[in-house]
Amino acid sequence: MHFELVSPERILFSGEVDAVLLPATEGDMTVMPGHAPAITTLKAGFVVATDSKNHGERVLVRGGFAEINAAGVIVLAERATPVEELTPERIDREITELQTRRDGTDDDFARRAYDETIGQLEEARETLKL
Amino acid sequence: MPSLKDLRNRIASVKATQKITKAMQMVAAAKLRRAQQAAEAARPFAERMTAVMANLAGGITIGPDTPRLLAGTGSEQTHLLVVCTAERGLCGAFNSSIARLARDHAVRLMNEGKTVKILCVGKKGFDLLRRQFEKQIIELVDLRSVKQVGYEQAEMIAGKVLRLFDEGQFDVATLFYSRFRSVIQQIPTAQQIIPAQFEAGSATATDAVYEYEPDEGEILASILPRNIAVQIFRALLENAASEQGARMSAMDNATRNAGDMIKRQTLTYNRTRQAMITKELIEIISGAEAL
Repeated sequence: MHFELVSPERILFSGEVDAVLLPATEGDMTVMPGHAPAITTLKAGFVVATDSKNHGERVLVRGGFAEINAAGVIVLAERATPVEELTPERIDREITELQTRRDGTDDDFARRAYDETIGQLEEARETLKL
Repeated sequence: MPSLKDLRNRIASVKATQKITKAMQMVAAAKLRRAQQAAEAARPFAERMTAVMANLAGGITIGPDTPRLLAGTGSEQTHLLVVCTAERGLCGAFNSSIARLARDHAVRLMNEGKTVKILCVGKKGFDLLRRQFEKQIIELVDLRSVKQVGYEQAEMIAGKVLRLFDEGQFDVATLFYSRFRSVIQQIPTAQQIIPAQFEAGSATATDAVYEYEPDEGEILASILPRNIAVQIFRALLENAASEQGARMSAMDNATRNAGDMIKRQTLTYNRTRQAMITKELIEIISGAEAL
């Protein structure tokens, strides 16, 4: 199954994999070959691609969506950082940035959206420590 | 008649200028390569996004629940022009051609009795439009401190545009930038981003029936604002490549002109020098003959 992870600035991953774990908004899902065509939005979290040698490729994404079709999976993520480049400090920095932005708005809806993302990032940070 | 020293100085100064223009041309060439790579790297994301969106939008009938970013506000009274230009000059007609396109557009809309608001990205466009549209320009986004435009800047500009839209400040938004065709050809382009428009044929007809999670409407609502950022990002990248291309050819011209000028002035210099030698010789000989 072909898997492609694309950010606005570059293609982060493109290759054959066995399964892809997606942090979909309505719950995590694993996509394997032969999955029904679907389009889903993503929350902040890890995309995990497993190839035939059972090697995992973990990438933290924030916001975006995934398209699943007969050819494979394409993830379009607005921000994506491979786990090798990721440190808890870096996530902390993003969280702080989001908090500043949240405190800067008085739009309740936007605040709630920021809070949600912050929570998801905190969760990702915990996962990373494991 | 300029003295020999004047001529020498003049030649030296043209030579110095030529060195500068030559250096700028080479720098622009190097930057152009990088800008082109960045523009190419950004293409897959934009293409995918447009394809998904066109598929979604094709399956939706415009109704009262349709997101306003797609359906519009139902009026066309207020137009927002997002004018993207460079931060620096010395790149030929690059900035002025974008500004001219925006100006014509704005004048036409104003003649139709519409309200025009202008958001300038890049200082040069602001400088060119400021005199005529002082009241219409609502903001200037300065990217001078940014070395390489990234998605963050596009997100920031998109944020501003979306905030204005949510506040009901405008009905239609058009993006002005220069499309990069080749080093000698950059095409100033106007592209409507709100309400979203799709080029014909961008929707790929697939037999596969997609499952949507959550439903189509919600996905569309979350993709539409992102699409604004992606479109702006693409415009910024195209602009960056165009700017360097325009600068490269402008500086190439300048170098060539300087070369011509040096050739002409050297000729004058040599002629004057010879005339002077001849004159001195005549003076000496006629002096000797008089004795």
